[in-house]
Amino acid sequence: MQQVLCRVVRRAQLADDVVALAFESAELARTARAGQFIGVKCGENLLRRPISICDVTGDELTIVFALKGAGTQFLAERKVGDVLDVLGTLGNGFDIPEGEILVVGGGIGSPPLLSAAKTAQTESVNDVATSRVTAILGFRSKPNVILAREFATVCREVYITTDDGTFGRHGTVAAPLEELLSARKFAAVLACGPRPMLRAVAEVAERHGVTCQVSLEERMACGVGACLVCVCATRKDGEIANRRVCRDGPVLDSREVIL
Amino acid sequence: MNPDMRVTIAGVEFKNPVVTASGTFGFGREYGEFYDLSELGGICVKGLTPLPRLGNATPRVAETPSGMLNAVGLQNPGVDAFIANELPNLRKFDTRVIANISGGTVAEYGEMCEKLSAAGVDMIELNVSCPNVKAGGLHFGTSTESVSSVVREAKMRSTVPIIVKLSPNVTSIADIARACEDSGADALSLINTILGMRIDTRTRRPVLANNVGGLSGPAIFPVAVRMVWQTRCAVRIPIIGMGGIATGDNAVEMLLAGANMVAVGTASFVDPLAPLKVRDGIEKYLRQNEIGSVSELCGGVLLN
Repeated sequence: MQQVLCRVVRRAQLADDVVALAFESAELARTARAGQFIGVKCGENLLRRPISICDVTGDELTIVFALKGAGTQFLAERKVGDVLDVLGTLGNGFDIPEGEILVVGGGIGSPPLLSAAKTAQTESVNDVATSRVTAILGFRSKPNVILAREFATVCREVYITTDDGTFGRHGTVAAPLEELLSARKFAAVLACGPRPMLRAVAEVAERHGVTCQVSLEERMACGVGACLVCVCATRKDGEIANRRVCRDGPVLDSREVIL
Repeated sequence: MNPDMRVTIAGVEFKNPVVTASGTFGFGREYGEFYDLSELGGICVKGLTPLPRLGNATPRVAETPSGMLNAVGLQNPGVDAFIANELPNLRKFDTRVIANISGGTVAEYGEMCEKLSAAGVDMIELNVSCPNVKAGGLHFGTSTESVSSVVREAKMRSTVPIIVKLSPNVTSIADIARACEDSGADALSLINTILGMRIDTRTRRPVLANNVGGLSGPAIFPVAVRMVWQTRCAVRIPIIGMGGIATGDNAVEMLLAGANMVAVGTASFVDPLAPLKVRDGIEKYLRQNEIGSVSELCGGVLLN
């Protein structure tokens, strides 16, 4: 963990309310793992905003975020050359096992899974057709679809669903998930998205006997594990305990988290 | 010549006048990855209770203009687990350790004081001002009678000096401060957070699961300065000033208002190195103003 000042090198609008920012930091690029996040100072707003890492290429890190409030609004207004005050890299990240990997993203929960897919893919092959990663991405509607092309460059198959059927398959990620887990043997499901989606994904995965890692989102203050505001309830050996999403997570085993 | 940064509070010498505020620093492990904890004057640990506590539901935090609300609700592993698992690690550093405690009854404060002073903490801070729990918090700190009974019990059963952390959520902080001093408190620390609330206008629900929470950060700094000054006018015992300190200049202001030492809390969330920057800022002020010792600043405000 370190605090670094980084220069913005690229900005892209991925959807009406979704922006990608790439910035340079050799230090952060070195420590970054798929599923980790950074804490970004957003102008006059007091608290850093926790934003997951979407991609690391060379010395460049890319974050993708939705405009939710004053902090992300500030970030969205950054231009190439602006300097970001970043604390990172934070959290534990995904644990990617051997074998076929299924990543399941919901809306703005999709970006960290791109990093996971890339990590798993570079560990295995360089040919998409034989990639060991398959992706299911769910969105509200066609204008909300992001990163479909990027996932397609690293995944063997990408299934996209929309709640209203305006793009890809009509419905939620649950149906293709059920079909894929019935058809093939996966070593792990990695999921990030809204809580109801995570509950559904974990239920399907557990029913098929596949381990499921969920990446959680929670309001944070320190981002490093000191303040205890971002906890989630977990159950281990029948004991209820709080774990810190920022420090013990954001990625946790779905069998432990009380979703 | 380097100014003398040492301060002595109730016979305990601190190498510099900056400690971390309880609840913002865990037990030191996380920020210990950013710098050597021996650089700090002291560490005031996360508030302890007799038994482990899970704390409140989430969300536990809400941002506010220049501040934040928290309602953690005293999540902690309990005093015994602290002594067994955390204190030995803290003791590896050349810094003072202050244990912050909250009891549900007067007797519980006494029991924890006994355990912690035997375990070897340097000082004990009585939390009688947590706004986020029903028992063991604020209600002890808002009346002179109840705060006195807690302080007397703690003094009887502790072998290390007792600090009382005061709530700003009172009509007259001077009355509470005097009651603490009269009951034998060795020092005071103030202010704890100010009770606040935010509501999501879209859902009409409070942002915090606990509905209300404690406000901290730069937003409360002027309130803290005023209350430290009022308290300094009321008592002679040492004061640890806190509430929104983010810079060396803030700290100097707090010392001039009447604090002997300062604590840095929320600022660490923004900048992990904030406590060290505050320390360096105080030292720079002393050097620039050719002041030999930080203790000369205490209560140095020139009133209009």
